[in-house]
Amino acid sequence: MTGEVILFWALAPLTVLAALGMLLVKKAVHSAILLAFVMIALAVFYLVQDAPFLGVVQIVVYTGAVMMLFLFILMLVGVDSSDSLVENIKGLRGVAIFTSLAFAATLTSLIARATTGRDPVGLELANGEGNVQGLAGLIFGEYVWAFEIISALLITAALGAMVLAHTQKSPEARLSQRVRSTARFRGESIGTAAGLPGSGVFARHNAVDVPALLPDGTPSDLSISNLLAQRGDVQETKRYSLEGLPKLDGEDKK
Amino acid sequence: MSEYASILLDDPVWMIVVKGLLVFVLCVLLTLAAVYGERKIVARMQLRVGPNRAGPGGMLVSLADGVKLALKEDIIPKAADRIVFILAPVISAATCFLAFAVIPMTGKVMFFGEETIMQLTDIPVGVLYVLAATSIGVYGIVLAGWSSGSTYPLLGGLRSSAQVISYEIAMGLSFVAVFMYAGSMSTGDIVQAQSQWWNAVVLFPSFVIYVISMVGETNRAPFDLAEAEGELVGGFHTEYSSLKFALFFLAEYVNIIAVSALATTLFLGGPSAPPGLGFTESWLGGWFTFIWFLLKVFLFFFLFVWLRGTLPRLRYDQFMKFGWKVLIPVSVLWILVVATLRLLTQQGASQFLIAAFTGGVVLVVLIATSLYESSKKRAEEEARYVPEMPAPKFPVPALPKAKIEEVE
Repeated sequence: MTGEVILFWALAPLTVLAALGMLLVKKAVHSAILLAFVMIALAVFYLVQDAPFLGVVQIVVYTGAVMMLFLFILMLVGVDSSDSLVENIKGLRGVAIFTSLAFAATLTSLIARATTGRDPVGLELANGEGNVQGLAGLIFGEYVWAFEIISALLITAALGAMVLAHTQKSPEARLSQRVRSTARFRGESIGTAAGLPGSGVFARHNAVDVPALLPDGTPSDLSISNLLAQRGDVQETKRYSLEGLPKLDGEDKK
Repeated sequence: MSEYASILLDDPVWMIVVKGLLVFVLCVLLTLAAVYGERKIVARMQLRVGPNRAGPGGMLVSLADGVKLALKEDIIPKAADRIVFILAPVISAATCFLAFAVIPMTGKVMFFGEETIMQLTDIPVGVLYVLAATSIGVYGIVLAGWSSGSTYPLLGGLRSSAQVISYEIAMGLSFVAVFMYAGSMSTGDIVQAQSQWWNAVVLFPSFVIYVISMVGETNRAPFDLAEAEGELVGGFHTEYSSLKFALFFLAEYVNIIAVSALATTLFLGGPSAPPGLGFTESWLGGWFTFIWFLLKVFLFFFLFVWLRGTLPRLRYDQFMKFGWKVLIPVSVLWILVVATLRLLTQQGASQFLIAAFTGGVVLVVLIATSLYESSKKRAEEEARYVPEMPAPKFPVPALPKAKIEEVE
C-alpha cells in the first residue's frame, strides 16, 4: 500500500463525516467549521495527487478568504441568535432538494463523460514541465479567452454590487473631525470650542432636561438639546438657579 | 526540479523525522528567547531595566512565565461554546509551526554523514503554502472570538478576520514580483536566485510592502487592533486563561518568527552570507550559514519590537484605508512595472529602451507624488478657511426626516 492510499482511507471517511455533519448540525458556525475542514481535506487530496498549486490555492482562496467572509457574516448576525429551522419561504425545501439532485446528476454525467471510455494520461505527463508552469501554459495559452471573460464577468459583478450598495453621504457627515474642530475655534464665540456645556446640576439633578448652571449661578440654555426645548420637555430653569449669591465687586453698579 | 529539491529528495525517513523535531524545538526555543528579548529591548527603549530576577540578567523569565501560566486556573465561561472554545487555541498553535517546513535555514551541510539542507521539504509552491498555513491560523483567532460568548472577544475576532484578509492580499501581491524575478515559487529557488543581489535591494518596494503587511498579518503593534487593550480589554483572548492562553501566546511569537523567516528567505537571501562575506559560508562545514539565517531573523524581530516601542496604535478606519487604498494599489502598479521590465530584458530589448522605460516610470512617480503633495496642501488650506459652520448641537439619535425638519 502506498502512502497515498493510506492517506486516502484515513482522511476520506473523516471528510464524508464532516460533510454530513455540516448538513446536520444546528449551529451555523459549526457548519462553517466543518465545511472548512472538508475544504482543507480536499486540498490535502489535491496535494498528494500531484496537484500542489490547486491544493494550496484551494486553501488560500476558499478556506482563507471565502469561508472566512462567511464566518465574518455569521458572527455579525449575532452570538446568541438561534438559527431558525422553520421553512420561511413556501416550497423552498422542494426547490432545494430538486436543485441539489439536479446538480449531483450534472456532476455525475460530466465526470462519467470525461472518464468512461478514455485513458487518462495522468498528472505526471501534464506536470512534465512543472505543475505551475503547466497550469500557466493552459490558463494563459489555450484557455486565455475563457479565463479573461470569466474575470471580466466577476469584475462586473463586483462593480455592480458596489454601485448597488453605495449611498451618498450627507454633506454634514463628510466634514472631517479636523475641519469641525477648526470651525469651532474660528466661529463667532470661542465659548463652545471645547463642546457644549453638559446638562444637569451635580448634587441636585443630573438629567438631560435640566439646564446646567453657569459659574455665575444662572442656568445655561445651551446645555439643553434643542429637541427637548422644542418639545417643551425642559424643566423650569429658575428652580435650579442659585439665589442670594454674594455680588462680585462692581456688579451692582452695572 | 531545483537543486534544493533534488538534494532534499534523497533524505532518509529518519532524517525527515529528526528535522521535523528540530524545527519544533527551534521554534519553542526561539519563542522563549523572543519573549525575553522583547521585554528587555522594550524596557531599554523606555529607560527601564526590564526583567532581572529569574536567572542571570533575568534570562529565565520566559520559563517562569510559562510555569506561572500553566499553574493558573483554567476557566471556561458558561456562555462559551465548549468544543470550539477548546479547539480555537489548538488550531492557532498547530498551524503556526507549519510555515517552517519550507524555510531553508542553512546551505548545504553534512548531517550524520548525509549531505542535506536544513529544510524539511521544498515544494514547487512553497511560498503559497506558507500563505495557506497562516490563513488557516486566522481561524484560531476568529473562532476564539466567537466561541467566548462575550462581546469584546467577538469584536476582536471580527477585527482580526477583516484585518488579516485585507493584509493577506497586500502580502500576496508583494510576493508576485519575487516570483517573477526568481521564475519560481519554491523557497529554495528564490534563495538561489538571490546569489548575486538580494531581493531587498532589487525589489525594494516589494520588500517595504511585505514588511508593513507582515506586521498587520501578525496582529502586532502598531496594528494590534484585534487585541487593543484600551478598547477591547484583551480582544479575542479576553476569556482565555492558563494553558489555552499560553497556546495563543506561543502562536503569536512563533508567527512573528515565521514571517521574519519568510522575509529573510524572500528578500535577504535566506541563509547565504551578506555580500563580501561569502567565504564564511564554508565555515563549520557549512553550518555557519545557520548563524547568518538566525541573525537576519533577529533583525526582523528587533524591527517588530522597535515598532512596538515607538509607534502608537492606529485607528481602525485609518488602518483599513491604508491597506486597501495605499498598499494594494501601490503593489499592483509595482507588479506592472516589474513585469514590463522583466519582459523587456527577456525579449532582448536594447539598453536604451530599458533605460527610457525606467526613466519614464521614475518621472511618472515624481509627478504623481508632487501632484499628491500639492493637492494635500490645498486640502489643508481649505481646511484652514472653514466656511460657515452650523452652531454645535447635541448629538441626536436618528429620527424620521419629517420630524427633524419640524424641530429645526
